[in-house]
Amino acid sequence: MTPATVTLHDIANARSGDKGNRLNIALVCRDPAHYPAVAEQITAERVAEAFAARKPSRVVRYDLPKLSAFNFVLDDVLEGGVNASLGLDGHGKSLSFLLLEIPLQIPKQGGSKS
Amino acid sequence: MAATVFIGAGAGFAGDRTDAAGPVAEALAACPGPRFLMFETLAERTLALSQLDRQRDPDRGFNPALDRFVGPVLACCLREKIRIVGNFGAANPAAAAARIRGMAREQGLPEPTIAIVEGDDLTGLISADELATRETNGSILRGATKIIAANLYLGAEPIARALDQGADIVVTGRVADSALALGPLIHVFGWKYDDWDRLAAGTLAGHLLECGSQITGGYFADPPFKNVPGMADLGYPIAEIDADGGMVITKPAGTGGCVDRLTVIEQLLYEIHDPSAYLAPDVVLDVTGVMVEQLTSDRVRVTGARGKPAPETLKATVCVDGGVLGEAEISYAGPNAAARARLAAEIISARMSRRAPGLVFRIDAIGVVSVLGENGGTLLRPWDSHLPDVRLRFAAQSAMVADVELLLDEVEALYCAGPAGGSGVRRRLTPRLASASCLIERKFAAPRVTLLGDRA
Repeated sequence: MTPATVTLHDIANARSGDKGNRLNIALVCRDPAHYPAVAEQITAERVAEAFAARKPSRVVRYDLPKLSAFNFVLDDVLEGGVNASLGLDGHGKSLSFLLLEIPLQIPKQGGSKS
Repeated sequence: MAATVFIGAGAGFAGDRTDAAGPVAEALAACPGPRFLMFETLAERTLALSQLDRQRDPDRGFNPALDRFVGPVLACCLREKIRIVGNFGAANPAAAAARIRGMAREQGLPEPTIAIVEGDDLTGLISADELATRETNGSILRGATKIIAANLYLGAEPIARALDQGADIVVTGRVADSALALGPLIHVFGWKYDDWDRLAAGTLAGHLLECGSQITGGYFADPPFKNVPGMADLGYPIAEIDADGGMVITKPAGTGGCVDRLTVIEQLLYEIHDPSAYLAPDVVLDVTGVMVEQLTSDRVRVTGARGKPAPETLKATVCVDGGVLGEAEISYAGPNAAARARLAAEIISARMSRRAPGLVFRIDAIGVVSVLGENGGTLLRPWDSHLPDVRLRFAAQSAMVADVELLLDEVEALYCAGPAGGSGVRRRLTPRLASASCLIERKFAAPRVTLLGDRA
């Protein structure tokens, strides 16, 4: 089975939440079958790399296999948080879509059953 | 004892749709069991803004949309015995309660029993210095002399106590959002304050409801990947919770939106950090064992919340003056727009470095790079040939108001003294509040419940 390259946006949902200068992004596989590929490839290190411009001081991934979901917690990426940031999106609400831009490889669907 | 409690959400934030609660109240009226309608309208900063309102007028300081949230459903709720629990009291729950009584009189309704929950306000109980030593993850409070607002997150106990006393309507200030649902559940089911798994389930119910439509298709749509029907008429959620803490999330029939496994999971993890330890005043919630199961269309069953003993300390949000935020924007459009925008950014940078060298400011190029990135002045370059129009935004924040105003003046001066075709300057100066989180010992929490008529 040859893998196909997709982005997280093709296979998963994400929602940001903020508390002070800390951001969390819930990442939920639309099809639970994709959970292992995401677990293997979308590591905390990979996410830290995608958010390098925001200079996270720490990125932690929590795994929720029963929900086919992950929770990423990124410290110090909100420019001080909603009451301090000079940016338009002080909450970091749109950052869930930065996560969804990350590419990954998934097993190809509809291939041979043998 | 009732088998099932029905709790609907009428609002999930201070600026939420004010016509959302009507269909929820009507649906609750048909539910066979104790019914509650909760309103969560108090974001972190909202309370400090309300505190400033109250300082200007002692009869204000509650959510300014109170009439629009509660007015349309008051008659239905009183007639159908749907009890209302809301944190719309903000910095002045007593005044909000009086206003609700006023609404009932104006509508010719029987006088409701209204309970007021207070005790979240820490000002006068603890000094600025003592708060500064309790600040977590920051040092905003160090050296601060004037605290604008300092409020503990109270738990569910005073809400349950208010309902025990017969309140038709419970008005609170700062409480944990999830307590708006947990309080009614403790009241009906008599859950004990060390029954951690049930308290966790009630906290989870509150967490799922507290953002209103964020569980029924709001903040979810991303067509065609994630389609949500009827978003102009989203139905707000109703949770059906049993005595053991199992629950079904649904929404009123005939409304827009959707409730499915994915809408529920997104909200389940919203603003959660460690999923095995979500700290609430009454319990530490562990969602790692939670199961989410679609039953039928728009009905999702949620089970498996686990609880650990309540934290030793309570969270408080403390707000101090944060100076002003200044923002100014100007547009450049048509051929060579990017080069002209870049020149404008360079002019502002040069002049500000001479006139207010200490002021940190930010430049965005809206539509090009503004939300995910920053510093539009440099990042414009690779886009030059593609840009039909560029809107530059300059922003700065400081206690030195004159410096911030200077930035806005400089942007406005681009009208004549800047590159060709600069247009549509808008400028705005907004007072800012800086907020900090503190962990406070429980000895400072003494929640009070009073009934409106009993007050002097």
